[in-house]
Amino acid sequence: MKRASSLAFGLACLASAVHAQDTESKLVINDDIDITTVAEAPAHAENLSEIYSGWAFRSPETMALQMDDFDNPGMIFVDQALDAYNTVEGSAGKSCQSCHGDDAEGLVGARAVYPKWNANAGEVWTMEMAINGCRTERMGAEPWGYTSGNMVNMTALISSVSRGMPVNVSFEGPEHDTWLQGKELYYTRTGQLELSCANCHEDNYDMMIRADHLSQGQINGFPTYRLKNAKLNAVHSRFKGCIRDTRAETYSPGSPEFVALELYVASRGNGLSVEGPSVRN
Amino acid sequence: MRLSTITAVALAFTATVASAQTKYPTDVTFEDGAIAASLSGTPGDPANGQVLMNKGAGNCIACHEVTALAELPFHGGIGPMLDGAADRWTEADLRGIVADAKVMFPESMMPSFYKISGFVRPGDAYTGKAIDPDAITPLLSAQEIEDVVSFLMTLRDE
Ligand code: HEC
Ligand code: HEC
Repeated sequence: MKRASSLAFGLACLASAVHAQDTESKLVINDDIDITTVAEAPAHAENLSEIYSGWAFRSPETMALQMDDFDNPGMIFVDQALDAYNTVEGSAGKSCQSCHGDDAEGLVGARAVYPKWNANAGEVWTMEMAINGCRTERMGAEPWGYTSGNMVNMTALISSVSRGMPVNVSFEGPEHDTWLQGKELYYTRTGQLELSCANCHEDNYDMMIRADHLSQGQINGFPTYRLKNAKLNAVHSRFKGCIRDTRAETYSPGSPEFVALELYVASRGNGLSVEGPSVRN
Repeated sequence: MRLSTITAVALAFTATVASAQTKYPTDVTFEDGAIAASLSGTPGDPANGQVLMNKGAGNCIACHEVTALAELPFHGGIGPMLDGAADRWTEADLRGIVADAKVMFPESMMPSFYKISGFVRPGDAYTGKAIDPDAITPLLSAQEIEDVVSFLMTLRDE
């Protein structure tokens, strides 16, 4: 069932006939950054033996868009974020650059370990929470909306400088209770369709559900530029969409439930590369 | 690849508890997962059943492949292929499976099309907003289930 390595083979087949994850093609960005899209599953992803980036499930055309930053529409938003990064805002007269250096060099590696326990706050922080923490506490600026354009662009910039680094999210320290809460949410069958994340992304990944080729729902590629809505999409927006599709009442972006779910889902991808901003359909 | 039995076992307890209090819009009696009596009292219309396989709240081919519907695009691969369903199952079995597949197949991923209770965070259709649990209507009406079952009864290999 596995697609023979070449992109040409995929192109030659009808889209509906080809639906096996691509375990052969390699993702190398700009002929420079090697991305791990298949890895041995970490022990705590109990029901999986291998983990796959969502990239491996997309069409050859979509996969190709991520191989060069000039073809990746998500990189336009990284440039926009860099402008915001260098802009002084707020009562402290500082920009992100004042503390984190040119081109976000001080933030290299950050994406790989978020969400992460924040000892001062005594809670798990997502990247978005950390960004707003800097804005309000260090810059004296207004916080950004959780899934606002500014916010998702900034997460794309911060992710882009860690591309190729292995996701390595901690879950056995003070964040463990939050992780367990996320795990419970992952396996809860919600809504009138009674479907859990695991039903689609663990039990049936690599299957077609109507026209959609199910991936493992990994989040190493976030934010994702989706061809479907032609914008960058935040992790919590994707969670919300998937839960809505079970005919359920969703949680809100930035809610404690989604923070917990993000921590758990991120940890299932430990070993894949940071890949965002990625391109998906 | 996937060790889904582990998940199934882990989840089995919760579901058994939930099914003890399951509600349906009308009185329904399951016997080994099958429902002998028509839900509506009116014979099913296989033509409408065929429409429901593809569209609306049925959307059965999201998960199942059906050769008789091959002209429709994108059949899913999650559930078994339905060709020959009427050779494998009686009408009563099929009525039971469509009304609430989890009675016949505990833990099935197949939605329960006639159930109106026991959901976690039920939403108002696909709005993402909550619905008052008392306002929940089944995914398919009694007559729509009869229609789908009458279509399934046309799926014979022999
Ligand atoms: C009814 C099936 C279904 C359920 C239930 C579901 N999803 Fe998804 N999900 C999809 C489909 C279809 C896609 C798009 C194809 C893909 O990437 O898998 C998707 C995509 C995703 C993606 C994007 C992956 C990428 O690489 O871009 C993430 C992340 C995700 N889902 C997480 C979740 C989480 C977490 C849950 C539970 C809260 C969940 N999903 C529940 C069907 C589902
Ligand atoms: C989200 C996925 C999903 C949807 C939607 C779905 N099913 Fe199923 N169905 C399944 C699965 C999975 C099984 C296998 C039973 C099990 O769980 O062991 C199944 C089993 C069946 C069977 C028994 C198949 C056999 O021959 O053994 C029939 C008949 C059936 N489904 C009919 C339908 C009809 C009719 C609809 C729409 C009204 C429908 N299904 C919608 C997933 C689905």
